[in-house]
Amino acid sequence: MKATMTLLVSSLLIATPCLFAQAGEIQAPQSIEAGGGFSIQTTGNGKATLYIVGPNQVLRRDVERGQTTSFAPGLLHNAGHYLVILRSDNSIDKSELDVTAARTPSELSFLAKPSRLPVGIHDGITGAVYVFDAYKNLITSPAPVSFELSTPSGATQARTVATHDGAAFTAMDSTQEQGADKFVARVGAVTSTRIVGQVPGDPCGIKMTATPSGQHVQLATEPLRDCSGNAIPDGMIVTFTETYQNAQTTVDVPLKKGIAQISMPAHNGAVLSAASGVVMGNQIRLERQ
Amino acid sequence: MILKSLKCLPALSVLVFAIASQAASQANVRIEPPAAQQGPRELQEQTASAAIRDYLQSWQSLSAALKQNRSDLLSTYFAGTALDKLGETMQEQVRAGLSTGYKVSSHDIQIVFYSPEGLSIELTDTVEYDMKVLEHGKLIANQHMRTRYIAVLTPAVEQWKVRVFQAMN
Repeated sequence: MKATMTLLVSSLLIATPCLFAQAGEIQAPQSIEAGGGFSIQTTGNGKATLYIVGPNQVLRRDVERGQTTSFAPGLLHNAGHYLVILRSDNSIDKSELDVTAARTPSELSFLAKPSRLPVGIHDGITGAVYVFDAYKNLITSPAPVSFELSTPSGATQARTVATHDGAAFTAMDSTQEQGADKFVARVGAVTSTRIVGQVPGDPCGIKMTATPSGQHVQLATEPLRDCSGNAIPDGMIVTFTETYQNAQTTVDVPLKKGIAQISMPAHNGAVLSAASGVVMGNQIRLERQ
Repeated sequence: MILKSLKCLPALSVLVFAIASQAASQANVRIEPPAAQQGPRELQEQTASAAIRDYLQSWQSLSAALKQNRSDLLSTYFAGTALDKLGETMQEQVRAGLSTGYKVSSHDIQIVFYSPEGLSIELTDTVEYDMKVLEHGKLIANQHMRTRYIAVLTPAVEQWKVRVFQAMN
């Protein structure tokens, strides 16, 4: 008997909110899509005020009880949970209403990083996307996001990732080809594009030649390339070093037209070398006749 | 792999709870382990704590702002779309002669996404609160609500700011 009563009371407690929502003085939808038109039916007669209140939007409307109040499409457009209140001189009725984001994506917030990186980096490029509807509500239902990274020559990497709670991310390898890559995120008909600059990596090696010229020696590198064959851009510094009788002379020279060159004193027995960053070139020992 | 450090949550929970207890006016704050699909970037405890602390503070500022219809109280913890929408709500409240009070009794928070470049954190929060609606200072309705919110935060100069803020029941 006690168990039966407990069950009965529990059932009533659980059922009560549903009864209010469906059979109270306000007959409002429990859920609508953002920007969708909807109606609220009230019972009784006389003047009343209808309020729809939430942190993201507030509506107030003078109504006649017993009539249907229509809300035009676009009026209630911010996703959220709302309290619906019908207030007249002698009564207050309440209901709750959920507004969900519209299903059609309209805007992507696409963050791609970095904007520039060397070629050939595994998972070096990341992209993160948040998907919004036309009213800037985050669309939280899963949606497939296509990410595509394409090089100027047309090579592409593509991935499709479903959003969780409105967000999706991917990681892509930087390719072997220098240049401006297009990184595109697409959801439905909405796309967003970012440009990712791929620059050559470190030189794969430095090969230097030495040509005596009177009291000096002319040092020059061969055109510098990374390990994928991309030309190292002008401006990168090559450091030439001459070691002679425990003294060391270093000169930093920027690449011009792919090569670095410098004239240094020609000391018999001097050791000449070139380096750029962590890459060492060959050494030449100067032997004069 | 993600948020390995956060899998051991007691330290974080204690820290955030301590902060949150002050920030959220004694609301119970529960921090869930991060979601599995989180993102490739490891989220440090300090970062997570700071984001959650600022998110909880944002509720304080939201509550005060909507109660007093003072939009200047919002900009410390809100930015972008969230700030715009809350600002519009405030204008609508003023036009309708309304003010609203949100007294939060509990938060149940889970970080669900940390973007790879570290520039956004997304969390969900099942919030229980008492909502009061006043017209010209007179109470017209009071309702206890339990709602799941979603928020996206981005780092600003001094704290994390809420950029997306919406309920998603």
